[in-house]
Amino acid sequence: MRDGSGSGTAVSRRDLLSLIGTVAGSAAMYQATASLGFAADSGYRGPIALSGDVRGASVLILGAGLAGMTAAFELRKAGYNVAVLEFNLRAGGRNWTLRGGDTYTELGGFTQACEFEAGQYFNPGPWRIPYHHRALLDYCKRLNVALEPFVELNHNAYLHAADAFGGRPQRIREIKADFQGHVAELLAKTTAQGKLDEAVSVEDKERLLQALRSWGALDQDYAYKKNLISARVRGYAKGPGGGLDGGVGAAPVAGEPIELADILKSELWEYLRNFSQLDFQTTLFQPTGGMDMIGKAFANEVGDLIRYDAKVTRIAQDDGGVTVTYVDPKAPASPPQLAKADWCFCTIPLSILSQIPIDVGPRMKAAIDAVPYASAVKIGLQFTRRFWEEDEAIYGGISYTDLPIRQIAYPNSGLNRRGRGVLLGAYIFEGSNAYEFAAMPPAERVARAVALGAQVHPQYPAEFENGVAVAWQRVPFSLGCAGYWTEKARAEHYGDLCQIDGRIVLAGEHASYLPAWQEGAILSSLDAVTRLHHRVVKT
Amino acid sequence: MAPCLKHMTVAALLALASPATAAENAAPHPSGPPLSTGFKFTEDNGADLYTAVCQGCHMPDGKGAIGAGAYPPLAGDPNLAAAGNPVSVVVNGLRAMPPVGFMMSDEQVAAVVNYVRTHFGNNYPDAVKPEDVKVLRH
Repeated sequence: MRDGSGSGTAVSRRDLLSLIGTVAGSAAMYQATASLGFAADSGYRGPIALSGDVRGASVLILGAGLAGMTAAFELRKAGYNVAVLEFNLRAGGRNWTLRGGDTYTELGGFTQACEFEAGQYFNPGPWRIPYHHRALLDYCKRLNVALEPFVELNHNAYLHAADAFGGRPQRIREIKADFQGHVAELLAKTTAQGKLDEAVSVEDKERLLQALRSWGALDQDYAYKKNLISARVRGYAKGPGGGLDGGVGAAPVAGEPIELADILKSELWEYLRNFSQLDFQTTLFQPTGGMDMIGKAFANEVGDLIRYDAKVTRIAQDDGGVTVTYVDPKAPASPPQLAKADWCFCTIPLSILSQIPIDVGPRMKAAIDAVPYASAVKIGLQFTRRFWEEDEAIYGGISYTDLPIRQIAYPNSGLNRRGRGVLLGAYIFEGSNAYEFAAMPPAERVARAVALGAQVHPQYPAEFENGVAVAWQRVPFSLGCAGYWTEKARAEHYGDLCQIDGRIVLAGEHASYLPAWQEGAILSSLDAVTRLHHRVVKT
Repeated sequence: MAPCLKHMTVAALLALASPATAAENAAPHPSGPPLSTGFKFTEDNGADLYTAVCQGCHMPDGKGAIGAGAYPPLAGDPNLAAAGNPVSVVVNGLRAMPPVGFMMSDEQVAAVVNYVRTHFGNNYPDAVKPEDVKVLRH
């Protein structure tokens, strides 16, 4: 299957696709693509090949996050002279993990010392990788980053609303099964009464009824109610046991489904979409040991090119090349340094780039200035024991709540072990609470997360040990979580942001349609690298 | 917490907990004002809105902060002289600053702008009214 063009005996998948495309047109092409599994991917086409003589051209990369290090890796391989300037003392950017012994100082001077036990960690930034983020997955494979499953949907985790069900958290499986069961029953009744006859043919009517019974766990009368049919989906009041089960009997006992009206009123159904959306469908991954394993793996490849502690203050270009001025952020009064190159590959977040004098045309400058940065807060909490596993049989996954903390996410590794555990005690993205948490001192954020989380897990106050809280607005190297594009801003500015302006090209998640995703940073970088290379080889 | 307590059940711990043990284990008790209950801010006066929203970036003393980029100081900021400037920035955003006024009523925007224009060494007597905010929303 190496090459399908010559012999006619073997056809590669891509050859087959181009053949279908030629013969049958693009609609058929799309259909075939979808059925062969490409169309839902992020658009990654495999490792890029940069051929041609670069004649010693030099590229200065600004930022050693995933976009910058992807570019450094690929451009050096293609023969360029590469240097990287990085504001932080570490590589990775928003690809970041905090462990015991780390300290982190946010804007305003608040310093937190992470006191997690050895082996425990917390990812303040990205924390999951969807299966269709093929570029990131490919780099993980090429750079030997070990991955493990990230659990998005744990049926035994909770959905919680402070004002519903007396404030008691509900198991996801019960809300999901009962909501689906009641809806199936309603639709089955309507179908059986002939009210759908205009929409459903006679033959399909019977099939639909069968499907609803199967999908909704309905009984032979198309009813969703307390019985062992629904219990096999929603869970039992008493699960099947062994022997005589201590005298109470081993036979399973069904529980009473939650009324549809109560589910509707609770609005807990709203959270079910968190599991159905493409970005959150199984399988998702996380790097074993922390998200920063990816940044570290890149730094193993290109770390020798990176100059740390370099704060960019000016990006100039003329016909001869680019000149970037930078200072040591810890010694702002020290004399500015200059770095020169033929080309500048800038991955600095727009929140910061919009403040740096840069020689680009008015359209690119307008684009740089057009993107507000989202507010997000994540809080890691260490507890003396993994009570969510021991007491509540929750192994990995996420509970959702309407409390200001929004989510509680359980560790997906070290499962079923004794000893301490770190969970994500809050993940607040945008909205009033994200700002309110960012405006608090870090210790107050942690205290609030513990007090609020206790409404979901009453074990919190007794088991809590320590925590760290990262509010992205106060992160010195990004001043926000990610570019927050509106559709209007995209229509007006996105194209201009992605141009090569003279000798300067931009890349990063902000220059992608996958905002805040690492895949967006890498795809943007690969696209910019490829276009830059064509420009260099042609001129 | 004493190591011998680590593997005890919650019930056992609660039964045993003396006030001293509980205090030892508990997180510092949150002391701040109530948080908003929806997407929008519920704080209803300038001081509370500043504390809940603006000081995340512009800091409690209004002096801003400097990292790879900077959050500008509001203390002594000449751009506050014309009241329309801060109103427009709050409701429409500016560069990376999100349009936080989207999550506030006209009254709230007026209140927080008036607060900033009369604190941190600023002293502009002409108060912004909610009507002034309405016309500047894009």
